[in-house]
Amino acid sequence: MITLVREIYDTLVEFVRTFGAFILFFGQLLAHSPSTLFKRFGLVVGQVHNSGTLSLVIILVCGLFVGAVLGLQGYSNLARFNAEDTVGTFAAFALIKELGPVITALLFAGRAGTALASEIGLMKATDQLSAMEMMAVNPVRRVVVPRFLGACIAMPLLTAIFSAIGLFGAHLVGVSLLGVDVGAFWQQMQQTISLKDVEEGIVKSILFGGAASLIAVWEGYNCFPTAEGVGRATTRTVVITAIVVLILDFMITARYL
Amino acid sequence: MIDASDKLIEIRDLNYSRGARSIFRGLNITIRRGEVTAVMGPSGTGKTTLLRLITRQLLPDSGVILVDGVDISTLNQSELYQLRQRFGMLFQNGALLTDVSVFENVAFPLREHTRLSNRLIRHIVLTKLHAVGLRGAADMMPGELSGGMARRVALARAMVMDPDIIIYDEPFVGLDPISMGVIVRLVRQMNDALGISSILVSHDVEEISTVSDRSYLLSDGKVAASGSPKELSQATSSLVRQFMHGMADGPVAFHFAAPDYETQLLGRDSE
Repeated sequence: MITLVREIYDTLVEFVRTFGAFILFFGQLLAHSPSTLFKRFGLVVGQVHNSGTLSLVIILVCGLFVGAVLGLQGYSNLARFNAEDTVGTFAAFALIKELGPVITALLFAGRAGTALASEIGLMKATDQLSAMEMMAVNPVRRVVVPRFLGACIAMPLLTAIFSAIGLFGAHLVGVSLLGVDVGAFWQQMQQTISLKDVEEGIVKSILFGGAASLIAVWEGYNCFPTAEGVGRATTRTVVITAIVVLILDFMITARYL
Repeated sequence: MIDASDKLIEIRDLNYSRGARSIFRGLNITIRRGEVTAVMGPSGTGKTTLLRLITRQLLPDSGVILVDGVDISTLNQSELYQLRQRFGMLFQNGALLTDVSVFENVAFPLREHTRLSNRLIRHIVLTKLHAVGLRGAADMMPGELSGGMARRVALARAMVMDPDIIIYDEPFVGLDPISMGVIVRLVRQMNDALGISSILVSHDVEEISTVSDRSYLLSDGKVAASGSPKELSQATSSLVRQFMHGMADGPVAFHFAAPDYETQLLGRDSE
Protein backbone atom coordinates (compact mmCIF):
# COMPACT_ATOMS: atom_id res chain seq x y z
CA MET A 1 0.00 0.00 0.00
CA ILE A 2 2.70 2.43 1.00
CA THR A 3 4.76 1.52 -2.04
CA LEU A 4 1.70 2.18 -4.22
CA VAL A 5 1.20 5.64 -2.73
CA ARG A 6 4.90 6.25 -3.06
CA GLU A 7 4.86 5.22 -6.70
CA ILE A 8 1.89 7.41 -7.53
CA TYR A 9 3.60 10.30 -5.76
CA ASP A 10 6.85 9.76 -7.68
CA THR A 11 5.01 9.54 -11.00
CA LEU A 12 3.14 12.72 -10.20
CA VAL A 13 6.31 14.60 -9.25
CA GLU A 14 8.01 13.34 -12.40
CA PHE A 15 5.06 14.47 -14.50
CA VAL A 16 4.99 17.95 -12.99
CA ARG A 17 8.75 18.26 -13.43
CA THR A 18 8.62 17.21 -17.09
CA PHE A 19 5.70 19.51 -17.72
CA GLY A 20 7.55 22.43 -16.16
CA ALA A 21 10.64 21.67 -18.23
CA PHE A 22 8.44 21.51 -21.32
CA ILE A 23 6.91 24.91 -20.62
CA LEU A 24 10.36 26.42 -20.05
CA PHE A 25 11.57 24.85 -23.28
CA PHE A 26 8.60 26.23 -25.19
CA GLY A 27 9.20 29.65 -23.68
CA GLN A 28 12.82 29.53 -24.73
CA LEU A 29 11.79 28.58 -28.28
CA LEU A 30 9.37 31.49 -28.49
CA ALA A 31 11.88 33.91 -26.98
CA HIS A 32 14.54 33.04 -29.53
CA SER A 33 12.20 32.73 -32.52
CA PRO A 34 12.01 36.37 -33.65
CA SER A 35 15.76 36.95 -33.64
CA THR A 36 16.40 33.65 -35.43
CA LEU A 37 13.77 34.48 -38.02
CA PHE A 38 15.32 37.84 -38.83
CA LYS A 39 19.03 37.36 -38.22
CA ARG A 40 19.55 33.72 -39.18
CA PHE A 41 16.94 33.36 -41.89
CA GLY A 42 19.30 31.17 -43.90
CA LEU A 43 19.20 28.49 -41.20
CA VAL A 44 15.39 28.54 -41.20
CA VAL A 45 15.22 28.24 -44.99
CA GLY A 46 17.50 25.22 -44.83
CA GLN A 47 15.12 23.60 -42.37
CA VAL A 48 12.05 24.41 -44.48
CA HIS A 49 13.85 22.43 -47.15
CA ASN A 50 14.58 19.57 -44.74
CA SER A 51 11.06 19.31 -43.35
CA GLY A 52 9.09 20.52 -46.35
CA THR A 53 10.78 19.80 -49.64
CA LEU A 54 11.94 16.38 -48.51
CA SER A 55 8.37 15.49 -47.47
CA LEU A 56 6.94 16.41 -50.87
CA VAL A 57 6.98 12.94 -52.39
CA ILE A 58 4.97 11.30 -49.63
CA ILE A 59 2.55 14.26 -49.51
CA LEU A 60 2.00 14.26 -53.29
CA VAL A 61 1.45 10.52 -53.61
CA CYS A 62 -0.78 10.23 -50.56
CA GLY A 63 -2.73 13.36 -51.48
CA LEU A 64 -3.41 12.07 -54.97
CA PHE A 65 -4.72 8.75 -53.73
CA VAL A 66 -6.76 10.16 -50.87
CA GLY A 67 -8.42 12.46 -53.40
CA ALA A 68 -8.99 9.56 -55.78
CA VAL A 69 -10.62 7.49 -53.06
CA LEU A 70 -12.84 10.45 -52.13
CA GLY A 71 -13.87 10.63 -55.78
CA LEU A 72 -14.79 6.95 -55.85
CA GLN A 73 -16.58 6.85 -52.51
CA GLY A 74 -18.31 10.16 -53.10
CA TYR A 75 -19.50 9.14 -56.52
CA SER A 76 -20.85 5.75 -55.50
CA ASN A 77 -22.69 7.14 -52.48
CA LEU A 78 -23.95 10.37 -54.05
CA ALA A 79 -25.13 8.53 -57.15
CA ARG A 80 -27.80 6.84 -55.05
CA PHE A 81 -29.42 10.24 -54.58
CA ASN A 82 -28.73 11.31 -58.16
CA ALA A 83 -26.35 13.88 -56.74
CA GLU A 84 -23.13 12.64 -58.34
CA ASP A 85 -22.51 16.15 -59.72
CA THR A 86 -21.71 17.31 -56.20
CA VAL A 87 -18.79 14.92 -55.85
CA GLY A 88 -16.43 17.87 -56.33
CA THR A 89 -18.00 19.76 -53.44
CA PHE A 90 -17.93 16.64 -51.30
CA ALA A 91 -14.24 16.04 -51.94
CA ALA A 92 -13.36 19.70 -51.46
CA PHE A 93 -15.16 19.91 -48.11
CA ALA A 94 -13.50 16.77 -46.86
CA LEU A 95 -10.04 17.76 -48.05
CA ILE A 96 -9.93 21.43 -47.16
CA LYS A 97 -11.54 21.19 -43.74
CA GLU A 98 -10.50 17.79 -42.44
CA LEU A 99 -8.41 15.34 -44.37
CA GLY A 100 -5.91 17.84 -45.74
CA PRO A 101 -4.69 19.16 -42.36
CA VAL A 102 -5.11 15.92 -40.43
CA ILE A 103 -3.50 13.48 -42.85
CA THR A 104 -0.74 15.94 -43.70
CA ALA A 105 0.01 16.33 -40.00
CA LEU A 106 0.15 12.56 -39.50
CA LEU A 107 2.35 12.03 -42.55
CA PHE A 108 4.46 14.98 -41.48
CA ALA A 109 4.98 13.43 -38.06
CA GLY A 110 6.08 10.20 -39.70
CA ARG A 111 8.42 11.77 -42.23
CA ALA A 112 9.70 15.09 -40.85
CA GLY A 113 8.89 14.74 -37.13
CA THR A 114 10.83 11.53 -36.70
CA ALA A 115 13.71 12.97 -38.71
CA LEU A 116 13.84 16.02 -36.43
CA ALA A 117 13.59 14.02 -33.23
CA SER A 118 16.26 11.52 -34.22
CA GLU A 119 18.58 14.20 -35.60
CA ILE A 120 18.43 16.32 -32.45
CA GLY A 121 18.54 13.20 -30.26
CA LEU A 122 21.64 11.93 -32.03
CA MET A 123 23.31 15.30 -31.68
CA LYS A 124 22.62 15.08 -27.97
CA ALA A 125 23.81 11.47 -27.68
CA THR A 126 27.08 12.25 -29.48
CA ASP A 127 27.79 15.31 -27.30
CA GLN A 128 27.34 17.71 -30.20
CA LEU A 129 24.92 19.81 -28.15
CA SER A 130 27.32 19.87 -25.17
CA ALA A 131 30.13 20.82 -27.56
CA MET A 132 28.07 23.79 -28.72
CA GLU A 133 27.41 24.77 -25.12
CA MET A 134 31.17 24.68 -24.60
CA MET A 135 31.77 26.81 -27.68
CA ALA A 136 29.46 29.36 -26.05
CA VAL A 137 26.74 28.69 -28.61
CA ASN A 138 23.25 28.15 -27.27
CA PRO A 139 22.12 24.83 -28.79
CA VAL A 140 18.43 25.68 -28.43
CA ARG A 141 18.98 28.80 -30.45
CA ARG A 142 21.35 27.35 -33.01
CA VAL A 143 19.87 23.87 -33.49
CA VAL A 144 16.35 23.65 -32.13
CA VAL A 145 14.76 26.99 -33.01
CA PRO A 146 15.60 26.91 -36.76
CA ARG A 147 14.25 23.37 -37.00
CA PHE A 148 11.10 24.29 -35.11
CA LEU A 149 10.46 27.36 -37.28
CA GLY A 150 11.27 25.52 -40.50
CA ALA A 151 8.78 22.80 -39.65
CA CYS A 152 6.14 25.34 -38.61
CA ILE A 153 6.47 27.07 -41.98
CA ALA A 154 6.56 23.85 -43.98
CA MET A 155 3.42 22.26 -42.53
CA PRO A 156 0.76 24.73 -43.83
CA LEU A 157 2.44 24.74 -47.24
CA LEU A 158 2.39 20.96 -47.36
CA THR A 159 -1.28 20.98 -46.33
CA ALA A 160 -2.14 23.33 -49.19
CA ILE A 161 -0.29 21.08 -51.63
CA PHE A 162 -1.98 17.99 -50.21
CA SER A 163 -5.46 19.48 -50.60
CA ALA A 164 -4.74 20.75 -54.12
CA ILE A 165 -3.35 17.46 -55.38
CA GLY A 166 -6.23 15.67 -53.61
CA LEU A 167 -8.76 17.74 -55.57
CA PHE A 168 -6.88 16.85 -58.71
CA GLY A 169 -7.14 13.16 -57.75
CA ALA A 170 -10.89 13.52 -57.17
CA HIS A 171 -11.15 15.23 -60.55
CA LEU A 172 -9.25 12.38 -62.21
CA VAL A 173 -11.60 9.76 -60.82
CA GLY A 174 -14.85 11.74 -60.80
CA VAL A 175 -14.60 13.55 -64.11
CA SER A 176 -12.13 11.63 -66.26
CA LEU A 177 -13.02 8.14 -65.12
CA LEU A 178 -16.67 8.20 -64.00
CA GLY A 179 -17.87 10.94 -66.29
CA VAL A 180 -19.15 13.67 -63.96
CA ASP A 181 -19.58 16.95 -65.83
CA VAL A 182 -16.44 19.13 -65.51
CA GLY A 183 -18.40 22.34 -65.24
CA ALA A 184 -20.65 21.00 -62.49
CA PHE A 185 -17.69 19.53 -60.62
CA TRP A 186 -15.80 22.80 -60.30
CA GLN A 187 -18.65 25.31 -60.31
CA GLN A 188 -20.60 23.70 -57.50
CA MET A 189 -17.41 23.53 -55.52
CA GLN A 190 -16.76 27.22 -56.00
CA GLN A 191 -20.27 28.16 -55.04
CA THR A 192 -20.46 26.07 -51.90
CA ILE A 193 -17.04 26.38 -50.34
CA SER A 194 -16.83 29.64 -48.42
CA LEU A 195 -13.83 31.54 -47.26
CA LYS A 196 -14.60 30.42 -43.73
CA ASP A 197 -14.11 26.77 -44.72
CA VAL A 198 -10.72 27.57 -46.17
CA GLU A 199 -9.87 29.56 -43.07
CA GLU A 200 -10.72 26.55 -40.91
CA GLY A 201 -8.30 24.44 -42.93
CA ILE A 202 -5.57 27.04 -42.68
CA VAL A 203 -6.01 27.51 -38.93
CA LYS A 204 -5.87 23.74 -38.46
CA SER A 205 -2.77 23.34 -40.57
CA ILE A 206 -0.96 26.09 -38.66
CA LEU A 207 -1.88 24.71 -35.23
CA PHE A 208 -1.17 21.09 -36.22
CA GLY A 209 2.16 22.19 -37.70
CA GLY A 210 3.08 24.02 -34.51
CA ALA A 211 2.10 21.03 -32.37
CA ALA A 212 3.87 18.46 -34.55
CA SER A 213 7.07 20.54 -34.73
CA LEU A 214 7.07 21.30 -31.03
CA ILE A 215 6.59 17.65 -30.07
CA ALA A 216 9.33 16.50 -32.44
CA VAL A 217 11.99 18.95 -31.27
CA TRP A 218 11.04 18.46 -27.61
CA GLU A 219 11.25 14.68 -27.83
CA GLY A 220 14.62 14.93 -29.57
CA TYR A 221 16.03 17.53 -27.20
CA ASN A 222 14.73 15.81 -24.10
CA CYS A 223 15.57 12.22 -25.05
CA PHE A 224 17.82 9.95 -23.05
CA PRO A 225 21.22 10.37 -24.76
CA THR A 226 21.72 6.78 -25.88
CA ALA A 227 20.89 4.85 -29.04
CA GLU A 228 17.92 3.35 -27.24
CA GLY A 229 16.75 6.74 -26.02
CA VAL A 230 16.84 8.19 -29.54
CA GLY A 231 14.79 5.25 -30.83
CA ARG A 232 12.21 5.75 -28.15
CA ALA A 233 12.06 9.49 -28.86
CA THR A 234 11.19 8.92 -32.52
CA THR A 235 8.43 6.46 -31.62
CA ARG A 236 7.00 8.80 -29.03
CA THR A 237 7.06 11.64 -31.55
CA VAL A 238 4.69 9.81 -33.89
CA VAL A 239 2.41 8.52 -31.16
CA ILE A 240 2.07 11.79 -29.27
CA THR A 241 1.66 13.85 -32.43
CA ALA A 242 -1.14 11.57 -33.65
CA ILE A 243 -2.99 11.85 -30.35
CA VAL A 244 -2.53 15.59 -29.97
CA VAL A 245 -3.47 16.35 -33.58
CA LEU A 246 -6.69 14.37 -33.44
CA ILE A 247 -7.75 15.93 -30.14
CA LEU A 248 -6.92 19.41 -31.45
CA ASP A 249 -8.87 18.61 -34.59
CA PHE A 250 -11.96 17.83 -32.59
CA MET A 251 -11.64 21.05 -30.59
CA ILE A 252 -11.09 23.28 -33.59
CA THR A 253 -13.89 21.67 -35.56
CA ALA A 254 -16.28 22.22 -32.66
CA ARG A 255 -15.21 25.84 -32.51
CA TYR A 256 -15.98 26.40 -36.22
CA LEU A 257 -19.46 24.86 -36.26
CA MET B 1 53.00 28.17 -1.36
CA ILE B 2 51.60 29.01 -4.77
CA ASP B 3 51.41 32.62 -5.85
CA ALA B 4 47.75 33.62 -6.37
CA SER B 5 48.37 34.72 -9.95
CA ASP B 6 49.66 31.25 -10.74
CA LYS B 7 46.34 29.69 -9.83
CA LEU B 8 44.19 29.42 -12.90
CA ILE B 9 41.44 27.24 -11.52
CA GLU B 10 40.86 26.51 -7.90
CA ILE B 11 38.35 24.00 -6.62
CA ARG B 12 37.54 24.20 -2.92
CA ASP B 13 35.53 21.73 -0.83
CA LEU B 14 33.51 20.57 -3.79
CA ASN B 15 30.54 18.31 -3.08
CA TYR B 16 28.44 16.83 -5.80
CA SER B 17 26.02 13.95 -5.87
CA ARG B 18 23.84 12.48 -8.54
CA GLY B 19 20.66 11.10 -7.08
CA ALA B 20 21.55 9.19 -3.96
CA ARG B 21 25.09 8.51 -5.16
CA SER B 22 27.71 10.91 -3.84
CA ILE B 23 30.42 11.58 -6.44
CA PHE B 24 32.61 14.25 -4.84
CA ARG B 25 33.06 14.73 -1.11
CA GLY B 26 35.25 17.70 -0.29
CA LEU B 27 37.36 17.78 -3.42
CA ASN B 28 40.26 20.27 -3.54
CA ILE B 29 42.24 20.81 -6.74
CA THR B 30 44.40 23.67 -7.96
CA ILE B 31 45.27 24.03 -11.61
CA ARG B 32 48.25 26.22 -12.34
CA ARG B 33 48.76 28.49 -15.29
CA GLY B 34 50.91 27.17 -18.09
CA GLU B 35 50.93 23.58 -16.92
CA VAL B 36 49.45 20.35 -18.18
CA THR B 37 47.38 19.05 -15.28
CA ALA B 38 46.11 15.51 -15.39
CA VAL B 39 43.14 14.19 -13.46
CA MET B 40 43.30 10.43 -13.15
CA GLY B 41 41.20 7.84 -11.46
CA PRO B 42 39.46 4.52 -11.97
CA SER B 43 36.38 4.50 -14.20
CA GLY B 44 33.32 5.88 -12.48
CA THR B 45 35.13 8.26 -10.14
CA GLY B 46 33.52 11.22 -11.85
CA LYS B 47 36.40 12.53 -13.93
CA THR B 48 34.15 13.68 -16.75
CA THR B 49 31.71 15.06 -14.20
CA LEU B 50 34.52 17.17 -12.82
CA LEU B 51 35.12 18.69 -16.27
CA ARG B 52 31.43 19.45 -16.59
CA LEU B 53 31.52 21.13 -13.18
CA ILE B 54 34.55 23.23 -14.10
CA THR B 55 32.81 24.46 -17.23
CA ARG B 56 29.50 24.85 -15.38
CA GLN B 57 27.56 22.43 -17.48
CA LEU B 58 26.65 21.15 -14.02
CA LEU B 59 26.33 23.00 -10.73
CA PRO B 60 27.91 21.65 -7.55
CA ASP B 61 25.87 20.94 -4.42
CA SER B 62 28.31 22.96 -2.37
CA GLY B 63 31.83 24.30 -2.58
CA VAL B 64 33.31 26.85 -4.97
CA ILE B 65 35.11 26.72 -8.29
CA LEU B 66 37.21 29.79 -9.00
CA VAL B 67 38.51 30.58 -12.46
CA ASP B 68 41.01 33.43 -12.27
CA GLY B 69 39.64 34.15 -8.80
CA VAL B 70 36.04 34.47 -9.99
CA ASP B 71 33.42 32.13 -8.55
CA ILE B 72 31.79 30.71 -11.67
CA SER B 73 28.49 29.98 -9.96
CA THR B 74 27.87 33.74 -9.74
CA LEU B 75 28.10 34.33 -13.49
CA ASN B 76 25.00 35.05 -15.54
CA GLN B 77 24.41 33.46 -18.93
CA SER B 78 26.33 35.99 -21.02
CA GLU B 79 29.25 36.12 -18.57
CA LEU B 80 29.31 32.34 -18.59
CA TYR B 81 29.43 32.29 -22.39
CA GLN B 82 32.27 34.81 -22.28
CA LEU B 83 34.14 32.56 -19.89
CA ARG B 84 33.51 29.54 -22.07
CA GLN B 85 35.08 31.30 -25.02
CA ARG B 86 38.30 31.12 -23.03
CA PHE B 87 37.93 27.36 -22.82
CA GLY B 88 38.49 24.90 -25.62
CA MET B 89 37.11 21.48 -24.92
CA LEU B 90 37.91 18.22 -26.59
CA PHE B 91 35.16 15.68 -26.07
CA GLN B 92 35.78 11.97 -25.77
CA ASN B 93 34.52 11.12 -29.25
CA GLY B 94 35.29 14.50 -30.77
CA ALA B 95 31.64 15.60 -30.85
CA LEU B 96 32.06 16.99 -34.36
CA LEU B 97 28.92 18.30 -36.02
CA THR B 98 28.02 15.44 -38.31
CA ASP B 99 26.10 17.41 -40.93
CA VAL B 100 28.91 19.74 -42.02
CA SER B 101 32.44 19.24 -43.35
CA VAL B 102 35.67 19.21 -41.36
CA PHE B 103 36.38 22.75 -42.54
CA GLU B 104 32.97 24.03 -41.41
CA ASN B 105 33.37 22.25 -38.08
CA VAL B 106 36.55 24.15 -37.34
CA ALA B 107 35.07 27.36 -38.72
CA PHE B 108 31.91 26.98 -36.60
CA PRO B 109 33.01 29.02 -33.53
CA LEU B 110 34.40 31.74 -35.78
CA ARG B 111 31.19 32.02 -37.77
CA GLU B 112 29.11 32.11 -34.58
CA HIS B 113 31.20 34.58 -32.60
CA THR B 114 33.03 36.80 -35.06
CA ARG B 115 32.29 38.81 -38.15
CA LEU B 116 35.51 37.91 -39.92
CA SER B 117 35.57 37.81 -43.68
CA ASN B 118 35.38 34.45 -45.42
CA ARG B 119 38.96 34.84 -46.57
CA LEU B 120 40.24 35.37 -43.06
CA ILE B 121 38.18 32.48 -41.69
CA ARG B 122 39.60 30.25 -44.41
CA HIS B 123 43.07 31.37 -43.47
CA ILE B 124 42.63 30.68 -39.75
CA VAL B 125 40.89 27.34 -40.24
CA LEU B 126 43.56 26.05 -42.62
CA THR B 127 46.30 27.14 -40.22
CA LYS B 128 44.69 25.26 -37.34
CA LEU B 129 44.08 22.19 -39.47
CA HIS B 130 47.68 22.33 -40.60
CA ALA B 131 48.81 22.39 -36.98
CA VAL B 132 47.08 19.06 -36.37
CA GLY B 133 48.26 17.72 -39.72
CA LEU B 134 44.85 17.51 -41.36
CA ARG B 135 44.82 20.40 -43.82
CA GLY B 136 44.28 17.82 -46.53
CA ALA B 137 41.10 16.55 -44.90
CA ALA B 138 39.34 19.93 -44.88
CA ASP B 139 36.65 18.87 -47.34
CA MET B 140 35.92 15.49 -45.80
CA MET B 141 32.81 14.81 -43.73
CA PRO B 142 33.22 13.78 -40.06
CA GLY B 143 31.78 10.35 -40.84
CA GLU B 144 34.69 9.61 -43.16
CA LEU B 145 37.35 10.22 -40.49
CA SER B 146 39.05 7.63 -38.31
CA GLY B 147 38.80 8.00 -34.54
CA GLY B 148 42.23 9.58 -34.23
CA MET B 149 41.60 11.99 -37.09
CA ALA B 150 38.24 13.03 -35.64
CA ARG B 151 39.92 13.83 -32.36
CA ARG B 152 42.57 15.90 -34.11
CA VAL B 153 39.88 17.86 -35.97
CA ALA B 154 38.12 18.41 -32.65
CA LEU B 155 41.42 19.67 -31.25
CA ALA B 156 41.75 22.11 -34.15
CA ARG B 157 38.22 23.28 -33.44
CA ALA B 158 38.95 23.64 -29.72
CA MET B 159 41.94 25.85 -30.58
CA VAL B 160 40.33 27.99 -33.23
CA MET B 161 39.21 30.76 -30.87
CA ASP B 162 42.70 30.82 -29.29
CA PRO B 163 41.56 29.75 -25.81
CA ASP B 164 43.55 30.13 -22.59
CA ILE B 165 42.64 26.68 -21.38
CA ILE B 166 42.16 23.47 -23.30
CA ILE B 167 40.28 20.66 -21.62
CA TYR B 168 40.73 17.11 -22.84
CA ASP B 169 38.21 14.44 -21.89
CA GLU B 170 39.83 11.02 -22.24
CA PRO B 171 41.89 11.98 -25.31
CA PHE B 172 43.69 8.64 -25.52
CA VAL B 173 40.79 6.20 -25.33
CA GLY B 174 40.41 3.81 -28.24
CA LEU B 175 43.33 5.04 -30.33
CA ASP B 176 45.99 2.96 -32.04
CA PRO B 177 49.54 3.51 -30.75
CA ILE B 178 50.48 5.85 -33.60
CA SER B 179 47.44 8.12 -33.23
CA MET B 180 47.98 8.03 -29.49
CA GLY B 181 51.57 9.21 -29.92
CA VAL B 182 50.36 11.99 -32.21
CA ILE B 183 47.81 13.21 -29.68
CA VAL B 184 50.30 13.02 -26.79
CA ARG B 185 52.74 15.12 -28.77
CA LEU B 186 50.06 17.61 -29.80
CA VAL B 187 48.85 18.11 -26.23
CA ARG B 188 52.34 19.01 -25.08
CA GLN B 189 53.14 21.11 -28.14
CA MET B 190 49.94 23.15 -28.00
CA ASN B 191 50.43 23.82 -24.31
CA ASP B 192 53.99 25.06 -24.65
CA ALA B 193 53.87 26.74 -28.05
CA LEU B 194 50.68 28.68 -27.37
CA GLY B 195 51.39 29.40 -23.71
CA ILE B 196 48.07 27.98 -22.58
CA SER B 197 47.08 25.66 -19.77
CA SER B 198 45.72 22.19 -20.25
CA ILE B 199 43.53 19.95 -18.17
CA LEU B 200 43.54 16.31 -19.06
CA VAL B 201 41.24 13.60 -17.83
CA SER B 202 42.41 10.09 -18.44
CA HIS B 203 43.30 6.75 -16.95
CA ASP B 204 46.15 5.95 -19.30
CA VAL B 205 48.90 6.13 -16.73
CA GLU B 206 51.78 5.81 -19.16
CA GLU B 207 50.67 8.55 -21.55
CA ILE B 208 49.83 10.84 -18.65
CA SER B 209 53.31 10.37 -17.25
CA THR B 210 54.95 11.53 -20.46
CA VAL B 211 52.72 14.55 -20.96
CA SER B 212 51.64 16.01 -17.64
CA ASP B 213 53.40 18.35 -15.22
CA ARG B 214 51.14 17.50 -12.32
CA SER B 215 48.59 14.81 -11.71
CA TYR B 216 45.72 14.33 -9.34
CA LEU B 217 44.52 10.85 -8.57
CA LEU B 218 40.87 10.76 -7.59
CA SER B 219 39.31 8.09 -5.47
CA ASP B 220 36.20 8.01 -3.36
CA GLY B 221 35.24 11.57 -4.20
CA LYS B 222 38.51 13.05 -2.98
CA VAL B 223 42.05 13.55 -4.16
CA ALA B 224 43.89 10.42 -3.11
CA ALA B 225 47.29 11.63 -4.26
CA SER B 226 48.85 14.42 -6.26
CA GLY B 227 52.22 15.44 -7.58
CA SER B 228 54.46 15.07 -10.59
CA PRO B 229 54.29 11.77 -12.49
CA LYS B 230 57.55 10.72 -10.88
CA GLU B 231 56.33 11.40 -7.38
CA LEU B 232 53.18 9.43 -8.04
CA SER B 233 54.96 6.40 -9.43
CA GLN B 234 57.14 6.28 -6.30
CA ALA B 235 54.26 6.74 -3.90
CA THR B 236 53.86 4.16 -1.20
CA SER B 237 50.09 4.36 -0.71
CA SER B 238 48.56 1.06 -1.73
CA LEU B 239 45.79 2.70 -3.75
CA VAL B 240 48.22 4.80 -5.77
CA ARG B 241 50.40 1.78 -6.36
CA GLN B 242 47.46 -0.29 -7.49
CA PHE B 243 46.36 2.35 -9.97
CA MET B 244 49.76 3.34 -11.29
CA HIS B 245 50.83 -0.23 -11.82
CA GLY B 246 47.49 -1.60 -12.95
CA MET B 247 46.98 -4.33 -10.37
CA ALA B 248 43.66 -6.15 -10.51
CA ASP B 249 42.96 -6.27 -6.81
CA GLY B 250 43.78 -3.91 -3.98
CA PRO B 251 41.98 -1.04 -2.26
CA VAL B 252 39.85 -0.82 -5.42
CA ALA B 253 38.36 -4.27 -5.13
CA PHE B 254 38.08 -6.63 -8.07
CA HIS B 255 34.63 -7.67 -6.89
CA PHE B 256 31.73 -5.26 -7.08
CA ALA B 257 29.90 -5.12 -3.74
CA ALA B 258 27.84 -8.30 -3.43
CA PRO B 259 26.31 -10.50 -0.76
CA ASP B 260 28.40 -13.29 0.68
CA TYR B 261 29.44 -15.74 -2.06
CA GLU B 262 28.64 -18.92 -0.18
CA THR B 263 25.26 -17.79 1.09
CA GLN B 264 24.23 -16.61 -2.34
CA LEU B 265 25.33 -19.78 -4.14
CA LEU B 266 23.62 -22.05 -1.66
CA GLY B 267 20.52 -19.89 -1.81
CA ARG B 268 20.22 -19.53 1.94
CA ASP B 269 19.32 -15.86 1.75
CA SER B 270 16.05 -16.54 -0.05
CA GLU B 271 14.63 -18.50 2.83
